Amino acid sequence: MDINTKQLRKNAFRVTKNRGMTALRIRVPGGNLEVKYFDVIKKVAENFGNGRVHITTRQGFEVPGIPMEKIPEVNRMIAPILDGIETAVGVEIPDLNSGYPAAGTRNVSACIGNSVCPFANLNSGEVALKIEKLIYPNDYHVKIAVTGCPNDCIKAHMQDIGIIGMALPVYDSYRCIGCGACVKNCRRVATGALSISNYKVKRDHRRCIGCGECILKCPTSAWTREDKYYRLVIMGRTGKKNPRIAQTFLEWVAEEAVMKVIANMYQYIDNHIDRSLPKEHVGYIVDRTGYPVFRQEVLLGVDLGQLGRVAESINFGGYFYERTNIFG
Amino acid sequence: MGFEFTMDSFNKVLEDISKNFIFYAPRRIPGKGAFSDTDVVVYQEVEGFGQIELDEKSRFSPKEVINPITQTLFYFNENGYTEPETNNKGIIIFCRPCDANSFKRLDEIFLNNGPFKDSYYESLRRKVKIFVIECVQGFENCFCVSMGTNRFDDYDAFIRVAEDRITCDVKDNLLPAFVKHGISAEMRPDFISENAVKVAIPDQVNKTIFTHEMWREYSERCIACGRCTVVCPTCTCFTMQDIFYEDNHKCGERRRVWASCMIDGFTEVAGGHDFRPDKGMRMRFKAMHKIYDFRKRFGYNMCVGCGRCDDVCPEYISFSNCINKVSALSREVNG
Repeated sequence: MDINTKQLRKNAFRVTKNRGMTALRIRVPGGNLEVKYFDVIKKVAENFGNGRVHITTRQGFEVPGIPMEKIPEVNRMIAPILDGIETAVGVEIPDLNSGYPAAGTRNVSACIGNSVCPFANLNSGEVALKIEKLIYPNDYHVKIAVTGCPNDCIKAHMQDIGIIGMALPVYDSYRCIGCGACVKNCRRVATGALSISNYKVKRDHRRCIGCGECILKCPTSAWTREDKYYRLVIMGRTGKKNPRIAQTFLEWVAEEAVMKVIANMYQYIDNHIDRSLPKEHVGYIVDRTGYPVFRQEVLLGVDLGQLGRVAESINFGGYFYERTNIFG
Repeated sequence: MGFEFTMDSFNKVLEDISKNFIFYAPRRIPGKGAFSDTDVVVYQEVEGFGQIELDEKSRFSPKEVINPITQTLFYFNENGYTEPETNNKGIIIFCRPCDANSFKRLDEIFLNNGPFKDSYYESLRRKVKIFVIECVQGFENCFCVSMGTNRFDDYDAFIRVAEDRITCDVKDNLLPAFVKHGISAEMRPDFISENAVKVAIPDQVNKTIFTHEMWREYSERCIACGRCTVVCPTCTCFTMQDIFYEDNHKCGERRRVWASCMIDGFTEVAGGHDFRPDKGMRMRFKAMHKIYDFRKRFGYNMCVGCGRCDDVCPEYISFSNCINKVSALSREVNG
């Protein structure tokens, strides 16, 4: 058997422990799928796989137990998924019958968002689709997720780029009856950014994380939402070398700024990636270049708006498995 | 007198009378709902009929037009006090029959409930004219028919909207504007005669109801957020606040601000005693006020059956269902 494994991987299949057997990864950007595609996935698993799927942590499906020689047939079978999910949102797929054109940039995952969740400050799935259009197909190894609020149910803090929806709370003191529900709740579940003064409420913008809890708790609509804003956390990762939670890079920026930063990040990767390696994860590139270089390049042409703020420095922290300093 | 209008000609009427009146009506405010990407419908100033939301019940009632949420009663300094100036323009409120009936309840509390009339309320109230918008279907949770508030005859104008035509019955000295822009037409107001939700109001309330264990359910379920009372068109409780300006403590103002019997602190007194610490007790107090205590004093029920309390309760507590439980219990107890 002569298989170009690099092409196979790029085609969203993988080299498995069982020689000659592969598994297909199906992207579900935003984790939001029309159930009609279950039929296609079922057919692939039953006709070419072992009748099972693995639900991936990135909200995709992995169909295992596929003989490598069946790849062309599988690719023809999943054409409706590529067409209905990818080309439908504007992704350019060179040949619908040849399967996924790239697999480096992983599925863009998202929380369920404001179509269901009362806490979500945005339609996370829709934002994920916009990002999918922007960055796919792409070979660079990048993980992106979108979450509707700082509860971060999608674990945006474990991504290279984690996008967190923010609401700017606007206060109409006339409508406030001083019930204190927002103040108590902000202290209890968020950051204690609210206080009462002269029977009305004051918001400390430096402490506010735009979670929108005050708006949800207000009985009189004294707190309402102004435009949608975003916080970007970056370079979170698992892995063998230095697992770490993502740190805040930008906050109170608009959607256009988020999109521009993501697009710029691919240029940054292109500028700095170590091409002697089979692949290099963006987080490790930032480790090499340093945060200031990353910041300067991804903010090129980005309008931060009136409220937008950029982290001056970031201590990514995390931990290393080097244990000599502990155990001697 | 009856008139018929197109949207345009009716807006001309409004334009004419806007010289002397401000219009308040339910208005959809995009993006201002509590949940993201949702709207809120609230009483606000409108300029034309097109700005009025007709397809959804307003979240908040029109009471805030004449019973402001925050109202400065006077400003004070070391030498004396002054009352804020008021606008001389009249007020036209576009509302449904239930809400139109709620103003009578507000009047009882602010004007007829003691030796003094509330002059702040009265000065706003006497400027009000009521334009009733006909209800054809009603909305979810409405039970006006059960409360007898489906009808309102004391309107200044009654408005029917059908297929881009507006027909009106007008009773008032606003007639010239209507005559000028409208076509004479036959118009007899119709009122809803049935709601999906039906509420039985107990005639006799036995005292045992007040201590009955039925209220315990609400101790568990209610979160004391007060939404049911702030959206209620007939709740009038307020608290007084003396504000001393932060950068000059010698000046300030006295405000009155809505209060709610469902929210913590309402029944707390000096020394720390709280008359109704339990949420079930608060629910009982509110419910019995709406369908019993007010009636004992004024001869009719306070609740107008708009159902807003049911619309907004985050814990899905139904006031109408509560009253039906009270009625069933009353029948049991009274035999």
